[in-house]
Amino acid sequence: MGWTRDQMAERAAKELRDGFYVNLGIGIPTLVSNYIPAGMSVQLQSENGMLGFGPFPYEGEEDPDLINAGKQTVTEIPTTSYFSSADSFAMIRGGHIDLSILGAMQVAENGDLANWMIPGKMVNGMGGAMDLVAGVKKVVVVMEHSAKNEPKLLKCCTLPLTGAGVVDMVITDLGVFTIDKKGGGGMTLIELAPGATLDEIRNKTEASYRTSNAL
Amino acid sequence: MQKVYPDARAALAGLLKDGMLIMAGGFGLCGIPEQLILAIRDAGVKNLTVISNNCGIDGVGLGLLLDTKQIKKMISSYVGENKTFAQQYLAGELEIEFNPQGTLAERIRAGGAGIPAFFTRTGAGTQIAEGKEQRKIDGALYVMERGLVADLSIVHAWMGDTEGNLVYRKTARNFNPMMATAGKVTVAEIEHLVQPGDINPDHIITPGVYVKRLVHVPNAVKHIEQRTVRKRTAAPAGTGEEV
Repeated sequence: MGWTRDQMAERAAKELRDGFYVNLGIGIPTLVSNYIPAGMSVQLQSENGMLGFGPFPYEGEEDPDLINAGKQTVTEIPTTSYFSSADSFAMIRGGHIDLSILGAMQVAENGDLANWMIPGKMVNGMGGAMDLVAGVKKVVVVMEHSAKNEPKLLKCCTLPLTGAGVVDMVITDLGVFTIDKKGGGGMTLIELAPGATLDEIRNKTEASYRTSNAL
Repeated sequence: MQKVYPDARAALAGLLKDGMLIMAGGFGLCGIPEQLILAIRDAGVKNLTVISNNCGIDGVGLGLLLDTKQIKKMISSYVGENKTFAQQYLAGELEIEFNPQGTLAERIRAGGAGIPAFFTRTGAGTQIAEGKEQRKIDGALYVMERGLVADLSIVHAWMGDTEGNLVYRKTARNFNPMMATAGKVTVAEIEHLVQPGDINPDHIITPGVYVKRLVHVPNAVKHIEQRTVRKRTAAPAGTGEEV
């Protein structure tokens, strides 16, 4: 039970606001673009140097000079602008992007995030993830609640960090948590996915958290 | 002064040596200076340190220089999708220094602008900050990162005039403009060669001062790493519009 990948993306889309500039990571976060409410203006940023991009091109109209940060062919829309990688990350590190939605291997109750390397395994690199979590105004993690029965919401991350105290919200297949990363108020469970129970979440979560009164 | 050279080999003549530090533009396979990379392969220089966001893929782009084991070290943000890279790395034949992508871009921009170091939030409190100065500024922790300058920068542009003024196209811009500023010598390959005055000066991204040599590559073969498309759906009768 709980949310499917698409339902997790749909839940993440509820964090969008009219006028937002948003960066979406690879995987479930990419699906969030399918749930932007009609009539809401949301511009998607691609850290390789593009603000405002459209859907995949029609077959035969792919342009090798027009890709997103996942190296996939995309399309231009009327609001599109292009810029260099330095300008792109000035946008990100300067706090001009409203929301970053990305995946994670582990999140700790203080907002620490690990999603870029597993010691002893071949490491591909962090790409733009460290810049995004350090610079974007609000950071939302979308991930499975546990991996092969190992909890991913922890007291302390055991993997090398992508960012220290950077996550504001975690959406898993079982529910939604907020993290008071600046105030030090810890983690709070604020929503349950359909079919998920408080007991199930308690059993699958190592991190300590409060449960919202609404639940 | 003549900046335009007849081919990539000529454009790099006298500039290449073993053990040098080279910056190569591009993001994935988008906007890579492929003809200049081929010329470096053919020149056979070894023990190169290469600064580039990625290292091509197997057999394409900088991947070509892995096949010939010309690269000693990469400074990159992401090197996935490259089996040769993984093999050489795991065999201890290749070093990698990972930089967060924004830190890498800014290090290059800083190097080109004569800025030896800067402080950034990115990587504070992580492994990336180990061995680097960290400083609290206005209550937040920052990491000091150093500017980067290369012996040689190779970049790809869409259009250039004989003075070296460059224009890029769409997301093929990426790291190319900063790298053009951060090479002691910068060589650009351009798809369209025009005369001074043909490019609207307001549209020039890289002013010619940064570019020492140019090579015209009129029929550049461009690669797509992830070809993603949508199906054309037949418009319902009478709507007259594609949906």
